[in-house]
Amino acid sequence: MPLLEVKNLQVHFPIRGGILGRTVGHTKAVDGISFQIEPGQTVGLVGESGSGKSTTGKAILGLVRLCGGRILFDGEDITGYIGRNRSPYRRGVQMIFQDVYSSLNPRKRVLDVIAEPIRNFERMTKAEELRRVHELLEVVGLSADSALKYPHEFSGGQRQRIGVARAIALRPKLIVADEPVSALDLSVQAQVLNYMKDIQRELGLAYLFISHDLGVVRHMCERLLIMHRARFVETGTREEIYNNPMHIYTRRLIAAIPDMNPAAREANEARRKSLEREYNDQFSKFYDADGSVYDLARINDDHSVAIPG
Amino acid sequence: MSEKLLEIRNMRTSFRAGGQYFAAVDNVSVDIYKNETLAVVGESGSGKSSMALSVTRLHNPAYTRVEGSILYQGKNLTSLPEAELNKVRGGHIGMIFQDPQSALNPLVKVGLQIEESLVYHTDMSRAERRNHALDLLRGVGMPRPELTYGQFPHELSGGMRQRAMIASALSCSPALVIADEPTTALDVTIQAQILDLMRSLQAATQTSILLITHDLGVVAEMADRVAVMYAGQLVELASCSEIFNNPLHPYTRSLLSSIPSLENSSERLHVIRGIVPSLKDLPRTGCRFSRRIPWMPPDSHQDEPELREAAPGHYVMCSCYETFELFQEMNTPCRC
Repeated sequence: MPLLEVKNLQVHFPIRGGILGRTVGHTKAVDGISFQIEPGQTVGLVGESGSGKSTTGKAILGLVRLCGGRILFDGEDITGYIGRNRSPYRRGVQMIFQDVYSSLNPRKRVLDVIAEPIRNFERMTKAEELRRVHELLEVVGLSADSALKYPHEFSGGQRQRIGVARAIALRPKLIVADEPVSALDLSVQAQVLNYMKDIQRELGLAYLFISHDLGVVRHMCERLLIMHRARFVETGTREEIYNNPMHIYTRRLIAAIPDMNPAAREANEARRKSLEREYNDQFSKFYDADGSVYDLARINDDHSVAIPG
Repeated sequence: MSEKLLEIRNMRTSFRAGGQYFAAVDNVSVDIYKNETLAVVGESGSGKSSMALSVTRLHNPAYTRVEGSILYQGKNLTSLPEAELNKVRGGHIGMIFQDPQSALNPLVKVGLQIEESLVYHTDMSRAERRNHALDLLRGVGMPRPELTYGQFPHELSGGMRQRAMIASALSCSPALVIADEPTTALDVTIQAQILDLMRSLQAATQTSILLITHDLGVVAEMADRVAVMYAGQLVELASCSEIFNNPLHPYTRSLLSSIPSLENSSERLHVIRGIVPSLKDLPRTGCRFSRRIPWMPPDSHQDEPELREAAPGHYVMCSCYETFELFQEMNTPCRC
């Protein structure tokens, strides 16, 4: 049974206009997407800015209102009470944010930051709570005396690890990580990614890993969802997507990743140019008359592409 | 190689904090040749942006001190009076910044912003300026230059804004363009377009580019030569293929193996121990990277490390690279 099942999720934002501020239309940020996450799996959600990937993450966390679709967690339909406080769903799904500077309250000690979710869901004495926070700090490789410091005393990578400690405090089953390393330096990024993998192995966590960085996604994720214009253009296993991308958008995305081999420069540019031409010539093959993405069609068990049958 | 365009000699840029000056760029010497792309890479706090901004003295002089010399056409930019320097800024040296949203004036139409440096540096008439701006917009691949000319920055997408800024940097056909993280705020597909654009414009105009970036992928796509900076010092300088195929300095080698790239699919990424030291508690003597490779014996480091030529055109600081092994004694406690 999948841990999380999302069926035909839709999130539309109203566009207000006119002097009365009436709703004159809707922006379809997420327009009918379906996917599953198995326990312990890392699923990558990839797309450019404006593709709707962050809105998808927020919708799963209950931070934006759904306009349609259902969300099943552990086989149970939780669509109706997704935003309700202290529900088991709230406990089972946690998040890691992109901006390590704004996601930790500067007035709270690390102890209070990490203990906040515990205080919401569990009754513990001060001593038990402190012991738990020390355990969590140890898991993410920070020393026990960090608990009494404030967030500004830490570097970016350490802050993101505090964010990770807070996210795992309630032993969730799923963590939504929205661009968790894109604000970090290379060496720090490597450190946080390693910790995320270690914790996953220890706790049997599943991740929804939202990112625009295809190198990081490839390192972290077994399954990929490629999102464009509020819909999925291609989904499948890492191997299928990277070795056999079929949608023109996915191919453009992969071709755009800078190559670490300086000798391949001209070849890459030529490849990108020809893909760009193909994209312009064959637009109608991959997008319908309104410019939206077609429904996903199954290629094989591990691969689906949005190309009309 | 061809002629030297800019010579940076012993540049030291210090910022004042609590009455004391701390050098963010410490004794950096590097040349930029005509029509080459020199990439300066490093993590945040390495001093790469401070170095780039020092070239045109864009730091606030109230709390910044730039020492050393920056020779451009026989003039020393560090001691040039402000009025003289203003002829160089924008005219001879163009700048492209990371965030076009904040680098462009939101209240001025794109076309007029591109024309601005023409007003200062040329005696073109209004009509000539307009035509030149339209040519530039066409040159950077704007689909409808006439329309874009009259638009405000907020009406353009991020990629288009960055193109507009490139057009404005190129307006006076500068000999050198300083690009400070030009694609960091952009999506990968847009980034690829902008990099391709910069490369083709460079081929057409013979401009030199000083490219500041933390993204080694961008470096591999763009650079002719690469300067690696760590803690304010230039630790390695070599051609692009040398840096990627035969990196010498421990820092460069550690950095390259911590990238989750398509080729590097190992289960765990390499992590450099410790953190980049802050300006205030930087070790000012000896090898600055030594504290992060504690398994290296102290005598492998030089007391007064200098950039020396290890192979033709390949410069590296400190002799510790000679015996450095990446995955040695990972359990030695870190000294920082």
